[in-house]
This record gives sequence, structure tokens and C-alpha cells, in this order.
Amino acid sequence: MTSLWPRIEPLLAQVVKPARYIGGELGAQRPDHGPGRVSWVLLYPDTYEIGLPNQGLQILYEILNERPDAAAERSYAPWTDMEAAMRAAGVPLFSVETHRPAAEFDVMAFNLSAELTYTNVLNLVDLAGVPVRSDERELAHPLVVAGGHCAYNPEPLADFVDAFVIGDGEEVVGEMNDVIATWRGDELRRRPDLLRRLAHVPGVYVPWCYEVRYRAGRLAGVVPRWPEVPERVEKRVVADLGAWPYPKHQLVPLVEVVHDRLNVEVFRGCTRGCRFCQAGMITRPVRERPAAQVSAMVRQGLADTGYDEVALTSLSSADFSGIEDAVAAVVGDPGSCGQVSVSLPSLRVDAFTVELAAEIQKVRRTGLTFAPEGGTWRMRRVMNKLIREEDLYSAVDAAFSQGWRRVKLYFLIGLPTETDDDVLGIADLALACAEIGRRHHPSVTVVASVGGFVPKPHTPFQWYGQDTVAELRRKVGLLKEALARARGVTLRWHDPAASAAEGVVSRGDRRMGAVIEHVWRAGGTFQEWSEHFDLARWEEALAACGMTLDEAVYRPRDQDEVLPWDHVSAGLHRDFLWQDWLDALAEAPVEDCRWTPCYDCGACTEAGVEHVVASAVPPAGGSQGTGQDLGTGGSVPVRFRSAVPAGTS
Amino acid sequence: MPSRSGGDRSRSASAGPAGPAPGSLARVRVRFAKLGKVRWTSHRDVARMWERALRRAGLPVAYSGGFSPHPLLSFGLALPTGCESTAEYLDIALDPARAGLGTSKRPAPRATTTHDEPHGAHEQPWSYAPSEQSHVEEWTGQVAEAFAGTSSPLFPDGIEVIGAAALAPGAPSLQQAVVACTWEVDVLAGDPEVDVAEHVAQVMSASSLPVRRERKGRQVEDDLRPSLLAMAVDAGEAPGPPVLRVETATRPRGVRPSELADVLALRLGRAVRTHQWIEIDGGRAEPIVAGPPRAATPGGGAL
Repeated sequence: MTSLWPRIEPLLAQVVKPARYIGGELGAQRPDHGPGRVSWVLLYPDTYEIGLPNQGLQILYEILNERPDAAAERSYAPWTDMEAAMRAAGVPLFSVETHRPAAEFDVMAFNLSAELTYTNVLNLVDLAGVPVRSDERELAHPLVVAGGHCAYNPEPLADFVDAFVIGDGEEVVGEMNDVIATWRGDELRRRPDLLRRLAHVPGVYVPWCYEVRYRAGRLAGVVPRWPEVPERVEKRVVADLGAWPYPKHQLVPLVEVVHDRLNVEVFRGCTRGCRFCQAGMITRPVRERPAAQVSAMVRQGLADTGYDEVALTSLSSADFSGIEDAVAAVVGDPGSCGQVSVSLPSLRVDAFTVELAAEIQKVRRTGLTFAPEGGTWRMRRVMNKLIREEDLYSAVDAAFSQGWRRVKLYFLIGLPTETDDDVLGIADLALACAEIGRRHHPSVTVVASVGGFVPKPHTPFQWYGQDTVAELRRKVGLLKEALARARGVTLRWHDPAASAAEGVVSRGDRRMGAVIEHVWRAGGTFQEWSEHFDLARWEEALAACGMTLDEAVYRPRDQDEVLPWDHVSAGLHRDFLWQDWLDALAEAPVEDCRWTPCYDCGACTEAGVEHVVASAVPPAGGSQGTGQDLGTGGSVPVRFRSAVPAGTS
Repeated sequence: MPSRSGGDRSRSASAGPAGPAPGSLARVRVRFAKLGKVRWTSHRDVARMWERALRRAGLPVAYSGGFSPHPLLSFGLALPTGCESTAEYLDIALDPARAGLGTSKRPAPRATTTHDEPHGAHEQPWSYAPSEQSHVEEWTGQVAEAFAGTSSPLFPDGIEVIGAAALAPGAPSLQQAVVACTWEVDVLAGDPEVDVAEHVAQVMSASSLPVRRERKGRQVEDDLRPSLLAMAVDAGEAPGPPVLRVETATRPRGVRPSELADVLALRLGRAVRTHQWIEIDGGRAEPIVAGPPRAATPGGGAL
């Protein structure tokens, strides 16, 4: 084993935030690389500050290191200054624990959480000194694997990644370790043998085992090359989250990172059925962690880490059946002395949730965030985000009356069937919220944050033709104009050009790999960072590969078109998704199936699992039509309309 | 960098729970080292390590009031990122009213763990409150002694608590009190013809040593000479590079080892701050006595 530390340390005086490269976090493992252990380097293809908090990697890190036949370390993308210094000094990518070269590990395992990090995946493999293309790797090279939400459309990275994991990683990572350990023991081993054996592990997709067929310039199918390779790779689902109380020792970094707090996952999966949301579709069904385990993980985690903030994470934490008991255990603990705050990412939009937030966030009451997503009730019915205006206003009223001074509202634009009235509804809502706030405090801020919608695989909107950059810019312009002289409202928007590039990768087929490689070779790393992003690079790459944004991004897909991810299954029936798409166009909502009869989306039946939800009834305030009166959702109270300054709507 | 919710402290006095009454607080001064890889963390990173370590220890640290309460810790001179030190200090305000809280509900240590447990808080002096106001000073001394003996496992490798002592009421803050520092800086092996002593003599005989520095986005020129109190070359018998022993003042400004390299026109390596000095009765002393801690007299006791 070689430590690169003596060669790394002289570089640190030249770079910003050098502590990102030293390791030494509380909770970091000191892995034993003894013989017989399969060594993994777990990689997040963005900076340390973004990647370290990733809970998926932290879970796998512990699970692997608990095994007697595995050892796992971590690595992240060095920032551009460090990468330049490393390349100039001939220092390859290294792990942060023992500073071993990444290429000395048996497995390089990437988390894929955002499409625009894909060029960084290539860059990290290259920086490790490993050929970026799968078919150029030899026996001595590490196996390159990837998992995470973006792996549900693996094709754009299929040329570069040896094996993808679809779904929850807790169980499958051990099964892969077994296969690799057995293969390593074979004196006559060849790399293709390993790939074929891995293709037999449920939930593992090995692109090399599939042939891609095209007809008339369009994808015609991705089919197994051998009969024993599964035609469809079904996602893995952990049935009982209570059996996996990870991370047990959350990493506490030495430098400031995003989500710098204790994170305890209270449930996985979501059945609110928001049609734009890939996470909600692919992670079904809902599996709650037992409330007692949540409380124990919070108490133990705070005592171990010294954090003064804990986030109860999930896709909609206020829906957790044991939410009040879980937070009462923290708030009522005299040891915390009122200094510990609890945060609930993805707040549900209702007053009950704000009351809960007020109870648990006695300190650091700076801002609350809600996600109404659509500007009008019609739009929200299309996307199945069934928030009534009175729900939003009562939530905002409660927030401002409880001492918050800043409320952030998340919206999407570029949605199916969207009209200019729907877009301008965003301005109306934001102005009305600011007006409500001023009843409680003379200076309040409402931030309206607007992102361009990118259709995602395995959702009812996967057939939709994404809005063009020009159209998204025009819609942002409408909002800028509407809010130009607005008091107390700040408009923020995501770069429409970045949405276009995300769209290129999101629904791309295997041919998109050449585009990604082209962008990377042209220097396009850190594409999630506005200072490094340039759409022109993507357009050049598309042109060089004979493709266009029109074909790749803006084109609606046909009902019977083969989609690049059809051979990967999230459990959802294609018929269900298509019907939900038709329902969206008809503005017809569907209820949250946690508390209403099953409408057979396929997620439970295909995976042989069920919802694990402790509460038999929906939460106070209702959920997606369950326990709600939706008749009044579209009416905006007149007093708020009159509060809108003339000339702004 | 991501902005944390705790960043908005400006209006915290106007709302939220009240902080502890002034005058009810006791203070402990701690000396610690920062050595090895952890030297690449920033001053601010170290402050956050302390906040978390003190929470893990269950020490009854006093907090400010408001909606953004923060622990009342005051650090002395910032150590430049990349430098090492065996003489870092901070003052911790304790709230005796918080003593004894939280320890009963602290969970039992787990059977398996990857890092050291906080030492059994129930056995510590801070698990019981001083019974009367007159006992606070004695209690503070006990807290300091116990903390110095148990605290290093709470920190990352390289941060080590060297000593702690109760601070007398009214003792000046570190920012006010520290007047000088001692550094040991390696001279990197270079041209053997270079006479390090000659470079040192030239610098120390100069009447002014202008250095340019960016401050708030503007280039400013400072004179480094008044801050250089003494400098000596310690070639030593031991093999290895010569070591500079440098005394620097904190006012009108401090001296960074990187600036030292500039004015000396030498390549410098490892830099270790070995002492900080305060003035007392016309002489100088360290802010607390290193080694086995004991209750310090105002201003830090005799050397």
C-alpha cells in the first residue's frame, strides 16, 4: 500500500480550502486493507463540500467496512486548482483516509445524484489513471460502478461504467462484494467473467452484456447478448428500513460542508404522486423507520457528533407518522438546553407543519421554505401537487406570525400545458405572501425561486418535450417584469441553459456518451457550477456527434417509442405512467395511496414489498387530496388580489 | 460556501430567549496544540471543532441569547492556515446554572464505536452545579482541571489540549492581553552558499520593511519592521534545516510566516507558533501556565 501524502502535502499551500484533501473527519474509518478484502473507493463526482454529506455513500461506507471481506474509503472531485496542481505534479486521484491512489482499489464506486456531474465522473476516472471507456480497461484496472437516482437511466454513462446498481444499495453492495471476492480468487480470471457474473446479481445492470439496436435513427431496443442476462433489470428495495440503522457514525467534517448537521432518515419513498418528481416515483413504496429507532438515532447521533442541528430527512418529513414524538424527544431533552434545532427539509405546505416547525425550531429561526411548485391551481392539478392557495397562505401566515422573517417558495416553469397565466400566477402568490407577512412585520422577504422543468425517466412526464432555452427565458422575463417593483419579493431563477444541458443527459440513450466525453475533453468539468458551465460546449458536442437539442431535448416522445431506460424497471407499469400522463393533461388528480386504495402503479407488487406506515390516517392537513376539500383550491381570496400593486400583474 | 442558518446573528438580540445574566459567568482559559495534517484547517474550522467538542463533552458552556444563540467562546490570535502551533488559546464562558443538566439523560456508550467516547460526563465536576455563588471560582478550577485531563479524545488528530485554568473575574481577553508570539520556522534547504544568518542580520538592521497586502480588496502597504522583535538562527547540531526563532509583536500588526519569507528572501517550511506572551508587572508571561493545570491568578500567573 502506498500513501501519496508526502507528494500531496506540498501542493496544499497553493490551493483554496486545503483541508478538503486531508481526511481526518470524526467518524472516519481506519480501513484494514488486509488480504482477502475487496477494497472500494466510494466517490462523489463533485467537491468535498457537496459530496461528503451524501447519505447514500456514508451508509455504504459503514456497511462495507463492517464486513470482514471488504474495506472502503472515500474520494471526491478535487477543485480545479488542486486538479491542476495534481496533474502538474503527476499525483493521481487519491482517497482521503489513507491517501492511496484510487487506481489501487478493486472498485471505484460513484454516486450519481445529478446529471451535470457526469463529466466529472469521466474526469475522476481519468485522474485516477484508469481508461475512461469501459472497453479499454484491463484486468489490473478497478471495476467502475455507479448507483444513485440518476442510474435509473444508465445509458448516457454506459460506455464508461462497468456496472450500475439500480435502487437501494444496502443489500446489493454485499452481494457484489461476494462476486468480486470469488472472482479475485480465480487464478485464470478475466475481466469479462466478472462482468457476466455481476449481471446475474439482481439490481445490477452491466451495459456490456446488452446490445443496443437502432432503427431509422431512433433507439429500437437494448437487448441481452446472452440468454441468462435479464431482459429487464428490476430495482432493489430494502423492505424494512428499521433493519438498516445507518449511518451509525455520521461523518463530521473538519471544514464546513452543505447540510452540515446530523441527518437521520425517517422514511424512504413517497407516494404523494407529484408527476414531475423522479425521486417520488422511483423510490416507492413508503418505508418508515420505527419512531423509537429515529429517537435513538437522533439522541445518539447528537451525543456522538456534537452537532447542534438535526435534520429528519425524507421526501416529505412532516408526513412521518411519528414526527411529533421524534422531535419531542430532542426538544424535551434537558441536555440540549434548547440549543439543538431540528430541521425538516421538504416542509409540507400547511399551517400544521409550521406549528410543528415553530415548536422544534426555537433557535435559528431565519427562513422557512415551501414548494408550491405551480403558480395556479390548474397547474398544480396537472402536476398533482395539490396545494390549495389557502393552505399556502395559512402556512405563510403562521410562519411570519411565529417570528420567521423570510419565506422561500420553490416553483417550476416549463411544465406541460403551461400558459402565461400559470407563470404569472407565481408572481401573484409571492406578492400575496409578502402582503401577509407585512401584517406581522414591516420588513419581510419572500423569495420566489424558479427552476426550469426537466422531464425525468420513470415519471408520467417522461414523454413531454422540454421547453426551449428561449421559451424558459421568456417566461423568466414575464416574472421579472411582473415583480420589477414588488416590495418584499425577490425573484431567483435557475439558468435555463443549464436546464437544457441537464435535459440532454437526463433522457439520453447510449449515443449520448460520446457527447459527454466530448464536453469533458473540451474541459467541461464542474458543470453544476455556473462559473464553469457553458451551454455552447454542449451544443458543439451535440453537433460533433450529429445530434441537436431539438431531437434530444425539446422533442415530445411518442406513446409507443422505445425509451432508453425501458430495460430498467423502477417497478412502475408503463401503462400506469401513460394513464397518469393522460390524467395530467386532463387536470385530474390522484390521491396519496398511503391512505387510500391502491391504484396499481406496480411499485409494491413488482418488488414484493408493501408500505410501512405506522399511522392509519393521513396527517392533519391532509395529503394530496386525502382528507382535503379540494373544491376551493382554485379561488384566490379577493383581499390578496387587491394587495397586488397596480401594473405588476 | 453554503450559508448556515446560524449566520444571521445581527438581529438576534431583539427576539428569542434571553441569554445568561452578565456577571453570572465563569471563564476557563485553555491552551491547545494544532499539529500535523489538521494544520490545513482554518481558524474558523477550529472554532467549529471546539463548539462541537464542548457539546460532546457536555460542558456547561454559556450561550448568547436570541434566535441564533451561539456559545460564548473567544479565541485569541488567528493561526494562519497551514501553520502549526503548540500555543493556541481560547477562553470559554461557563454558565454555572447549566451545570448538571443533560448528564442524566446522556445515553450509555455503545459496545462498538469507531471513535473515542466522551468521557463519562456523570463523573465530571460539570455534572453538578456549584451550590453557592462563593463556590463558583473553586468549581471553575475543578472544571478546568478535569477538562484538561479528558478533552483530547474529543478532537480530531492533531488538536491536543495542553492545559486549562480558571480565569479570574475581570481578567482581560486574549485579544487585549497578548502582545507577542514566538515562532520556530524551518529554512528550506536551498543553495548552500546562502548565509541564512546574513539574511537575518540584514532584515533586523533595516529601518523599515515594507510589505504589500490585500485588505478588503485594496492593496495596502505595511511596515513589518516594528513587529519583528527578535530573530535568531538556530543551526543546532542536529541534522536538518536551520531553524529561525522569531519573536513577533501583535501590534501594530502581527506577522505571518509567509511575509517573513518575503522580507528574508528565503524559502521557509514548517512554521510552529511555540508561545504567546502577555505583559504582567513589566515582565512577560504565558497566558496560562502549561503543564498540570491549576487555578490561575489574574493575568495568568507567574512563569
